[in-house]
Amino acid sequence: MNKLPEPKQPEKLIDDKGLRIDGRRLDELRPIKLEVGLLDKADGSAYIEQGKNKILVAVYGPREAHPKHIAMPERAVIRCRYHMAPFSVDERKNPAPSRREMELSKVIRESLEPVVLTDLYPRTTIDLFIEVLQSDGGSRCAGITAASLALADAGIPMKEMVAACAVGKIEGKLALDLSDAEDKYGEADIPVALVPNAGLVTLLQMDGHLTLSEFEQGFTMALEACKTLNAMQREVLKKKYATIKEAAEEREEAEVVA
Amino acid sequence: MSATPQLPPVAKLEQKTVIDLVAKGKRIDERGPESYRPIQIQVGLIEKANGSAQVHLGKSKVLAGIKVQIGTPFPDTPDEGVLTVNAELVPLASPSFEAGPPSEAAIELSRVVDRGIRESKALDMKSLVLQKGKTVQVVYVDIYVLDHDGNLIDAASMAALAALVNSKVSKMEVKGDEVINKGGHHQLPLNNYPVAVTFAKVDRTIIVDPSLEEEQVMNARLTVTIDKNGDICAMQKGGLYGFTPDEVRKAVHMAVGKAAENRARIMAAAKG
Amino acid sequence: MDMVLVAEPKQVVAPGEVLAEGDHLLGDNAYRIGTKIFSACVGILEVDGNRVFVVPLKGGYFPRVGDLVAGRIVDIGLSGWLVDIRAPYEAMLPASETPGPRGPRRRDLSTSYEVGDMVLAEILAFDRTRDPLLTVKGPGLGKVASGRVVEISAAKIPRLIGRKGSMISMLKKETDCQITVGQNGVVMVWGKSPESERVAVEAIYMVEREAHTRGLTDRIREMISRSRVVEQVAGTQTA
Repeated sequence: MNKLPEPKQPEKLIDDKGLRIDGRRLDELRPIKLEVGLLDKADGSAYIEQGKNKILVAVYGPREAHPKHIAMPERAVIRCRYHMAPFSVDERKNPAPSRREMELSKVIRESLEPVVLTDLYPRTTIDLFIEVLQSDGGSRCAGITAASLALADAGIPMKEMVAACAVGKIEGKLALDLSDAEDKYGEADIPVALVPNAGLVTLLQMDGHLTLSEFEQGFTMALEACKTLNAMQREVLKKKYATIKEAAEEREEAEVVA
Repeated sequence: MSATPQLPPVAKLEQKTVIDLVAKGKRIDERGPESYRPIQIQVGLIEKANGSAQVHLGKSKVLAGIKVQIGTPFPDTPDEGVLTVNAELVPLASPSFEAGPPSEAAIELSRVVDRGIRESKALDMKSLVLQKGKTVQVVYVDIYVLDHDGNLIDAASMAALAALVNSKVSKMEVKGDEVINKGGHHQLPLNNYPVAVTFAKVDRTIIVDPSLEEEQVMNARLTVTIDKNGDICAMQKGGLYGFTPDEVRKAVHMAVGKAAENRARIMAAAKG
Repeated sequence: MDMVLVAEPKQVVAPGEVLAEGDHLLGDNAYRIGTKIFSACVGILEVDGNRVFVVPLKGGYFPRVGDLVAGRIVDIGLSGWLVDIRAPYEAMLPASETPGPRGPRRRDLSTSYEVGDMVLAEILAFDRTRDPLLTVKGPGLGKVASGRVVEISAAKIPRLIGRKGSMISMLKKETDCQITVGQNGVVMVWGKSPESERVAVEAIYMVEREAHTRGLTDRIREMISRSRVVEQVAGTQTA
């Protein structure tokens, strides 16, 4: 099989001014766009763009468990599929689920389990479908942030939304929210998910090389970013319903004037 | 699709016993919260493998075998050999294991062990190249779980490292289109010795090396893989609940000492 | 202890948002960590005395004993019918809960209800371990042979009914339709003409869309009368 030329490795990941290849500071998130409730058939849905990530999430449920034997008598079963579209990466990805996708489906599900009030819906399933339409660095974290929104949009009772963000090390410095190139050519990546009110870390992975003090510092950076993302999640969710409310009430005023 | 796992077949009463003991700073097998179960490491049990090691971690038994074969490098790394880690949860090891394609637990196990070896740059990948871009040595690390009594990640990580240290490979070179045996053996070139240390949160207490009984009641699990310099090279959180940031910090610090102890055991067993 | 409302009543709140701090009583969809009370869903904050609760804006139907529901027959079993009531559980309508002759001779179940039939039923029994059991013994219950079916989110049913039934009685009066509301979000509409049914259906969807807005009843009434005018105009033109 012939291989396409690799995208060129950037010469430097941090320039003389301390800025990254996309012009960000080390502690800066990529531009983020969140949308909620954009799918018609799903019970809940959300969309996130974070850097070049474009990820769509749908929630179905709580619904009858199929096959029946997977049901649990005291709680809802959460099922999660993280999947990358074949065109989401530089070289076409085989659509069959890879080992990486299977692992990520598991850790993403585990990151969300503690917030969903599953005991209200015994013998049912809550299904989460995360489709990565275009992938950049940190797609599992962006997937978790969007999945929480989709669960909330489905009206599923939950304690709070989970937000996730990665921190990494590039050219010996800690940097927030790594892009693809930074992840690839950097020295470490730590994806973190936080349940803010409960103060619980529900996703924590790491690969690369970090000293203990680098970990401490990076971990704290990631936790702070999760709180920022959590505020954005709430804002976008409330805005959706507030917009309908305002539109209706404005029309009412207009009618009164007329 | 990943689904919430079924509840373990343990009565609430038995679960309570385990939890109450941990809450008092004790454990069902009379260890302290920060102690490993007895560890035994044997190497070289499988003559047909390039290297092998069996680890007994309490009653958990994991066998790792190394096979080195000839293959082609990945296109994006023409000047590096190939490392492949696979784990099998063999059905004879537990009533909960089934024959068939690898479960998500098996995939996670192999990927966590893989990450430790790969990210610590334990194996000198460059030295595995026989002919740049064309012919390289492929190192297969196959992890075989034989008896599951908890904490398979640490047992597998130790077995994999011991088996790598134990490995002997024929000296090879490429002549024309053929790979030929130069005669004699060499050891696999290792630059680092990563060791995974796994913690469980039972109720509100962090314990090291959870047994199966403890895994069945744990809220969450955290593995920290430490390299020979005492730095972190891999981490993985698992389980249905989470850790507070302080619990994570505490576990990461504790991991360094535990990894050093276990590394000394592995090196002694693999070389001895 | 002091009680402080942190969020504004009647406003949209998100899961995890702090609603209040202090000794309030916990109502639906609210939970407590320490002294703080949080929302457990996206909804509208309501305060009743010192009880704090959140009325959800979205969500599926969860069965309750005594609920009137509309559902579709999806299968015929040995002793009854399986009914899809848009809940996470499939409901069972046993033959013994249908009116008609009973006796040693087994009836052919397919003669009473066929797969695809719509039924109005009441939930007779349901708990965490058992799927809902239905009955069609009762006035107005049983097979639905005509009318329009409107499906909306079950979370919006309380708004569709309105305080003391105000919204639904207005809808019936203004559209001149008969309307039966299933608690599961399935609404049956019977009108004197397809036009009046269409207006009623449109109004029901509008309630669903704008359930959390103020002055909804007036806006709906306005919408209906406007549709009526348009219809009359259209009617005169064709005549």
